[in-house]
Amino acid sequence: MTGHVFHPGHEELHGVTVVVHGASGRTYVGRYHERGARGVVLHDVGVHDTASGVPRDEWMARLRKFGIKVDHRTLVVPEDEAGEIERLAR
Amino acid sequence: MPYPPALVAPMRAEMTRMGARELITSAEVDAAIGDQKGTTLVFINSVCGCAAANARPGLAMALQHAARPQEVVTVFAGQDVEATARARQYFSEYQPSSPSMALFRDGEVVHFVHRHQIEGRSPQAVAAELTAAFDRYCAATV
Repeated sequence: MTGHVFHPGHEELHGVTVVVHGASGRTYVGRYHERGARGVVLHDVGVHDTASGVPRDEWMARLRKFGIKVDHRTLVVPEDEAGEIERLAR
Repeated sequence: MPYPPALVAPMRAEMTRMGARELITSAEVDAAIGDQKGTTLVFINSVCGCAAANARPGLAMALQHAARPQEVVTVFAGQDVEATARARQYFSEYQPSSPSMALFRDGEVVHFVHRHQIEGRSPQAVAAELTAAFDRYCAATV
Protein backbone atom coordinates (compact mmCIF):
# COMPACT_ATOMS: atom_id res chain seq x y z
CA MET A 1 0.00 0.00 0.00
CA THR A 2 3.04 2.26 -0.01
CA GLY A 3 2.41 5.11 -2.39
CA HIS A 4 -1.28 4.34 -2.29
CA VAL A 5 -3.49 7.24 -3.35
CA PHE A 6 -5.72 8.37 -0.52
CA HIS A 7 -8.39 9.96 -2.65
CA PRO A 8 -9.11 8.58 -6.11
CA GLY A 9 -8.79 11.13 -8.87
CA HIS A 10 -6.03 13.07 -7.16
CA GLU A 11 -2.28 13.03 -7.66
CA GLU A 12 -0.22 10.46 -5.76
CA LEU A 13 1.04 13.08 -3.32
CA HIS A 14 -2.44 14.31 -2.46
CA GLY A 15 -2.86 14.18 1.31
CA VAL A 16 0.82 13.49 1.94
CA THR A 17 3.05 15.85 3.91
CA VAL A 18 5.79 17.18 1.65
CA VAL A 19 8.73 19.53 1.66
CA VAL A 20 8.73 22.18 -1.07
CA HIS A 21 12.09 23.78 -1.66
CA GLY A 22 11.57 27.40 -2.68
CA ALA A 23 13.66 29.27 -5.24
CA SER A 24 13.87 32.10 -2.70
CA GLY A 25 15.56 29.84 -0.17
CA ARG A 26 12.40 29.42 1.86
CA THR A 27 11.24 25.92 2.76
CA TYR A 28 7.57 24.97 2.95
CA VAL A 29 6.32 21.87 4.75
CA GLY A 30 2.66 20.96 4.51
CA ARG A 31 0.05 18.54 3.28
CA TYR A 32 0.03 18.46 -0.51
CA HIS A 33 -3.29 19.25 -2.15
CA GLU A 34 -2.53 19.83 -5.82
CA ARG A 35 -0.23 21.51 -8.32
CA GLY A 36 -1.97 23.79 -10.75
CA ALA A 37 -1.47 26.93 -12.79
CA ARG A 38 -1.25 29.06 -9.63
CA GLY A 39 1.36 26.86 -8.04
CA VAL A 40 1.47 24.21 -5.35
CA VAL A 41 -1.41 24.22 -2.90
CA LEU A 42 -0.53 23.04 0.61
CA HIS A 43 -2.53 22.72 3.82
CA ASP A 44 -1.33 23.13 7.42
CA VAL A 45 1.96 24.67 6.35
CA GLY A 46 5.08 25.56 8.26
CA VAL A 47 7.51 27.93 6.56
CA HIS A 48 11.22 28.33 7.16
CA ASP A 49 12.84 31.55 6.06
CA THR A 50 16.60 31.84 6.07
CA ALA A 51 16.17 35.37 7.41
CA SER A 52 14.81 33.91 10.65
CA GLY A 53 18.32 33.16 11.84
CA VAL A 54 17.42 29.54 12.62
CA PRO A 55 19.46 27.16 10.43
CA ARG A 56 17.24 25.19 8.06
CA ASP A 57 18.60 21.81 9.20
CA GLU A 58 17.86 22.67 12.82
CA TRP A 59 14.33 23.77 11.89
CA MET A 60 13.75 20.55 9.94
CA ALA A 61 15.10 18.37 12.75
CA ARG A 62 12.79 20.00 15.26
CA LEU A 63 9.85 19.70 12.86
CA ARG A 64 10.52 16.00 12.31
CA LYS A 65 10.58 15.38 16.05
CA PHE A 66 7.81 17.65 17.29
CA GLY A 67 5.62 18.08 14.21
CA ILE A 68 4.69 21.02 12.05
CA LYS A 69 4.04 24.34 13.72
CA VAL A 70 1.40 25.66 11.37
CA ASP A 71 1.96 29.16 9.98
CA HIS A 72 -0.75 28.94 7.30
CA ARG A 73 -3.85 26.75 7.12
CA THR A 74 -3.64 26.91 3.32
CA LEU A 75 -0.84 28.32 1.23
CA VAL A 76 -0.19 28.51 -2.50
CA VAL A 77 3.50 28.36 -3.33
CA PRO A 78 3.73 30.17 -6.68
CA GLU A 79 4.92 28.11 -9.63
CA ASP A 80 8.09 30.20 -10.05
CA GLU A 81 8.90 29.72 -6.35
CA ALA A 82 8.15 25.99 -6.10
CA GLY A 83 11.21 23.86 -6.75
CA GLU A 84 11.83 20.25 -5.80
CA ILE A 85 9.07 18.50 -3.87
CA GLU A 86 9.79 15.51 -1.64
CA ARG A 87 7.96 13.58 1.03
CA LEU A 88 8.75 14.64 4.56
CA ALA A 89 8.74 11.06 5.80
CA ARG A 90 12.00 9.25 5.12
CA MET B 1 -18.29 19.40 13.29
CA PRO B 2 -18.35 15.77 14.43
CA TYR B 3 -19.42 13.10 11.97
CA PRO B 4 -22.62 11.13 12.67
CA PRO B 5 -22.01 8.54 15.40
CA ALA B 6 -23.10 5.71 13.13
CA LEU B 7 -20.42 6.65 10.60
CA VAL B 8 -17.56 6.55 13.09
CA ALA B 9 -18.82 3.56 15.09
CA PRO B 10 -16.80 1.05 13.02
CA MET B 11 -13.68 3.17 13.50
CA ARG B 12 -14.20 3.10 17.25
CA ALA B 13 -14.94 -0.62 17.20
CA GLU B 14 -11.73 -1.33 15.32
CA MET B 15 -9.83 0.21 18.23
CA THR B 16 -11.68 -1.56 21.02
CA ARG B 17 -11.38 -4.90 19.18
CA MET B 18 -7.61 -4.61 19.36
CA GLY B 19 -7.82 -3.94 23.10
CA ALA B 20 -7.73 -0.15 23.25
CA ARG B 21 -9.82 1.62 25.86
CA GLU B 22 -11.76 4.63 24.64
CA LEU B 23 -11.47 7.85 26.60
CA ILE B 24 -14.48 10.06 26.04
CA THR B 25 -14.16 12.72 28.74
CA SER B 26 -11.38 14.85 30.22
CA ALA B 27 -11.81 13.03 33.51
CA GLU B 28 -11.18 9.70 31.82
CA VAL B 29 -8.08 11.13 30.14
CA ASP B 30 -6.77 12.45 33.44
CA ALA B 31 -7.38 9.10 35.10
CA ALA B 32 -5.49 7.26 32.34
CA ILE B 33 -2.57 9.63 31.74
CA GLY B 34 -2.54 12.01 34.68
CA ASP B 35 -0.63 9.79 37.03
CA GLN B 36 0.60 7.34 34.44
CA LYS B 37 2.83 4.47 35.55
CA GLY B 38 4.38 1.76 33.40
CA THR B 39 3.75 2.01 29.67
CA THR B 40 0.69 3.43 27.91
CA LEU B 41 0.12 4.10 24.23
CA VAL B 42 -2.26 6.94 23.41
CA PHE B 43 -3.75 6.65 19.91
CA ILE B 44 -5.34 9.78 18.43
CA ASN B 45 -7.96 8.31 16.15
CA SER B 46 -9.20 10.06 13.02
CA VAL B 47 -11.75 9.65 10.25
CA CYS B 48 -9.10 10.19 7.59
CA GLY B 49 -7.93 7.59 5.12
CA CYS B 50 -4.48 7.15 6.60
CA ALA B 51 -6.03 6.16 9.92
CA ALA B 52 -8.12 3.51 8.19
CA ALA B 53 -5.53 2.24 5.75
CA ASN B 54 -2.32 2.61 7.71
CA ALA B 55 -2.51 3.63 11.36
CA ARG B 56 -5.19 1.37 12.85
CA PRO B 57 -4.10 -1.75 10.94
CA GLY B 58 -0.47 -0.98 11.76
CA LEU B 59 -1.23 -0.66 15.45
CA ALA B 60 -3.28 -3.87 15.41
CA MET B 61 -0.30 -5.70 13.93
CA ALA B 62 2.12 -4.16 16.41
CA LEU B 63 -0.03 -5.22 19.35
CA GLN B 64 0.55 -8.86 18.36
CA HIS B 65 4.23 -8.34 19.17
CA ALA B 66 5.66 -9.88 22.33
CA ALA B 67 6.67 -6.54 23.83
CA ARG B 68 3.74 -4.14 23.95
CA PRO B 69 2.45 -1.32 26.15
CA GLN B 70 0.68 -2.31 29.33
CA GLU B 71 -2.27 -0.23 28.27
CA VAL B 72 -3.59 1.23 25.01
CA VAL B 73 -6.05 4.11 25.16
CA THR B 74 -7.62 6.16 22.41
CA VAL B 75 -9.31 9.49 21.88
CA PHE B 76 -11.10 10.42 18.68
CA ALA B 77 -10.05 13.74 17.09
CA GLY B 78 -12.96 15.73 15.76
CA GLN B 79 -15.43 13.49 17.60
CA ASP B 80 -14.52 13.53 21.28
CA VAL B 81 -13.21 17.07 21.15
CA GLU B 82 -12.86 17.65 24.89
CA ALA B 83 -11.04 14.40 25.54
CA THR B 84 -8.72 14.91 22.57
CA ALA B 85 -7.81 18.44 23.67
CA ARG B 86 -7.16 17.20 27.18
CA ALA B 87 -4.98 14.33 25.97
CA ARG B 88 -2.93 16.70 23.83
CA GLN B 89 -2.18 18.78 26.90
CA TYR B 90 -0.11 15.85 28.17
CA PHE B 91 2.16 16.06 25.11
CA SER B 92 1.81 19.72 24.28
CA GLU B 93 5.40 20.03 23.03
CA TYR B 94 4.26 17.93 20.06
CA GLN B 95 2.21 19.71 17.41
CA PRO B 96 -1.29 18.27 17.00
CA SER B 97 -1.92 15.89 14.14
CA SER B 98 -4.25 12.98 13.62
CA PRO B 99 -3.88 10.15 13.46
CA SER B 100 -0.89 10.12 15.77
CA MET B 101 0.42 8.08 18.68
CA ALA B 102 2.25 8.88 21.89
CA LEU B 103 3.99 6.20 23.92
CA PHE B 104 4.29 7.07 27.60
CA ARG B 105 6.52 5.47 30.17
CA ASP B 106 6.09 6.55 33.77
CA GLY B 107 4.44 9.78 32.74
CA GLU B 108 6.95 10.77 30.07
CA VAL B 109 6.53 10.66 26.30
CA VAL B 110 9.29 8.37 25.08
CA HIS B 111 8.17 7.93 21.47
CA PHE B 112 5.82 9.84 19.20
CA VAL B 113 4.45 8.94 15.76
CA HIS B 114 3.13 11.90 13.78
CA ARG B 115 0.63 11.78 10.98
CA HIS B 116 3.39 12.48 8.47
CA GLN B 117 5.09 9.26 9.59
CA ILE B 118 1.89 7.31 8.90
CA GLU B 119 0.44 8.67 5.65
CA GLY B 120 1.41 6.72 2.55
CA ARG B 121 3.20 4.03 4.56
CA SER B 122 2.05 0.45 4.69
CA PRO B 123 0.52 -0.96 7.89
CA GLN B 124 3.58 -3.23 8.06
CA ALA B 125 5.90 -0.21 8.04
CA VAL B 126 3.86 1.50 10.76
CA ALA B 127 3.88 -1.71 12.79
CA ALA B 128 7.64 -2.04 12.37
CA GLU B 129 8.21 1.44 13.76
CA LEU B 130 5.91 0.73 16.70
CA THR B 131 7.39 -2.65 17.54
CA ALA B 132 10.87 -1.15 17.54
CA ALA B 133 9.64 1.38 20.10
CA PHE B 134 7.87 -1.35 22.09
CA ASP B 135 11.07 -3.40 22.18
CA ARG B 136 12.97 -0.38 23.41
CA TYR B 137 10.54 0.94 25.98
CA CYS B 138 8.05 -1.81 26.86
CA ALA B 139 10.12 -4.98 27.01
CA ALA B 140 10.58 -6.48 30.45
CA THR B 141 14.02 -6.02 31.93
CA VAL B 142 15.86 -8.50 34.14
